[in-house]
Amino acid sequence: MNMLEARGFGVSYGKVSVVRDAHLQISAGQIVAVIGPNGAGKTSLLSALIGLASAHGSIVYEGGNVADLSVEARVRRGMCLVPERRELFGDMPVEDNLRLGAFSRPRRGGEAAEDLAAVYARFPQLRERRAQLARTLSGGERQMLALGRALMARPKLLMLDEPSLGLAPRIVRDIFHVIADLRRTGVSILLVEQNARAALQIADYGYVLEMGEIVLEGPAAEVAANPRVINTYLGLAARAQ
Amino acid sequence: MNLAIALWLSQDAVTNGAIYALIALALVVVFTVTRVIFVPQGEFISYAALSLATLQSGKVPGTIYVLIGGGIIVAVLDGLAALRRRSLKSLPESTLLNIALPLAIAAAARWSASRPDDLLLQVVVTIAIVMPLGPMLYRLAFQPLANASVLVLLVIAVAAHYVLTGLGLVFFGGEGLRARMFPALQFQVGVLTISGQSIGVIVTALVLIVLLALVFGRTTYGKALRATAINRVGARLVGISSEFSGRLSFALAALIGAVSGILVAPITTIYYDTGFMISLKGFVGAIIGGMTSYPLAALGSLAVGFLESYSSFWASAFKESIVFTLIIPVLLWRSLATRRSEEEDDS
Repeated sequence: MNMLEARGFGVSYGKVSVVRDAHLQISAGQIVAVIGPNGAGKTSLLSALIGLASAHGSIVYEGGNVADLSVEARVRRGMCLVPERRELFGDMPVEDNLRLGAFSRPRRGGEAAEDLAAVYARFPQLRERRAQLARTLSGGERQMLALGRALMARPKLLMLDEPSLGLAPRIVRDIFHVIADLRRTGVSILLVEQNARAALQIADYGYVLEMGEIVLEGPAAEVAANPRVINTYLGLAARAQ
Repeated sequence: MNLAIALWLSQDAVTNGAIYALIALALVVVFTVTRVIFVPQGEFISYAALSLATLQSGKVPGTIYVLIGGGIIVAVLDGLAALRRRSLKSLPESTLLNIALPLAIAAAARWSASRPDDLLLQVVVTIAIVMPLGPMLYRLAFQPLANASVLVLLVIAVAAHYVLTGLGLVFFGGEGLRARMFPALQFQVGVLTISGQSIGVIVTALVLIVLLALVFGRTTYGKALRATAINRVGARLVGISSEFSGRLSFALAALIGAVSGILVAPITTIYYDTGFMISLKGFVGAIIGGMTSYPLAALGSLAVGFLESYSSFWASAFKESIVFTLIIPVLLWRSLATRRSEEEDDS
């Protein structure tokens, strides 16, 4: 079953179009990676899918067109974006950030507490820092908090914008570990990354976005084996392997 | 000046300062959540004070027509929007909230007007009339342009101020009204006579401030408002809509305005445009708090109260000028002392 299908999808700011006529598909329970260089339109693509930027074309999510819905309505239906800038509530404690992550869900006793415990179990560092203000966290902890806040909404489709950006290699490994682990809980994931190697390693399917157009797509292993992708995105190390 | 006069002026200062503090808090809530510099805050004060006085004279206040009329316009707009979306699910709720509720409040007002001695009922009805005007005003004037610049929002706010003041003149006339004193209590402390009225003002203000602190610190909705103030994009991404937080912050502002109006109604004669002057002084207090800090805004408002009270003793002809001139050094100090923290630059 398709979780998300965007057809004839485009994003433009005024007269400048940043994404043109894209066709994107995510099956339920899959990790789909979109790789591409800086400025290819990856962040715009995600902003438009969640509704922060205006788009044309259709976005079919769980069988219904969501293109006309507000961001909040899409969030209520289980779409969730972890943006590149994290967009945390800096002047609030870690725990309040997490609890607000569940804002879109009907508040029934117990459920939110369970989810909070699950997030703390996944990111023990957040439990240690739960009374600290979010803006005092390190880069890696912020990414964990952003991920944790998104998980509190119990998303069905999780969209991650550059989760590895600006993080130390060891933390990047941890984060990707968590992402791969999330698939096991049934969440579908759309992963946008410059770190093509790490992304394609955990993804099922991959798209390559260049200058606002999808130039290549296929199962992740095939995309990773494509000579052009190897030359442009995976570099020397991949060739040596 | 002797001690008695100084004490008497201070009592006046604290009483007025408490009201300015309430107004300043409302202005800070609205500004941080919606970026609106809320000029019409004062109209809630006038509307509440005049409604209370009218109820006490046994008449139904004209503000209920503002409420019913506003409700009908909001319901029609909601209906049109629902038709455009081709989903009528939200209609029953909107009708109930915007048409049935104002009518029920109007009925309560009629009942209250027939019982001119029931002070508690009058206070409840007054708050019930004024508070829903806040979310209605947001829906009509600000929601359609919620993403506009601060300047555009300010222009809308000024326009809303004139419309509401004009409606106040239509419904209450140009003559001032004064509500009856609340139960007359007086204490003698040394040379100072403390009136029950000023104790009532100060206690109510303190209670309201503590309640607000609890709402913002403990409840999910209060935290959602703070989250919107801290990071608008982040708030939308967790599902807090700007529409929701806008209406909620305006409801709080209207509630605070209504309570302030009820508090000042027995102290001074209120005209249809008196609220504006009161809210301008609250605004000076809010500016001292940089439009973002609640404690500084409250302290600033208290300072405004003292400045006003003592300057009315020494230079009563200039008391308004002295208070408003305070804005200039404050703005200078603010612009020199604060780093740029305009937009949500880091998360």
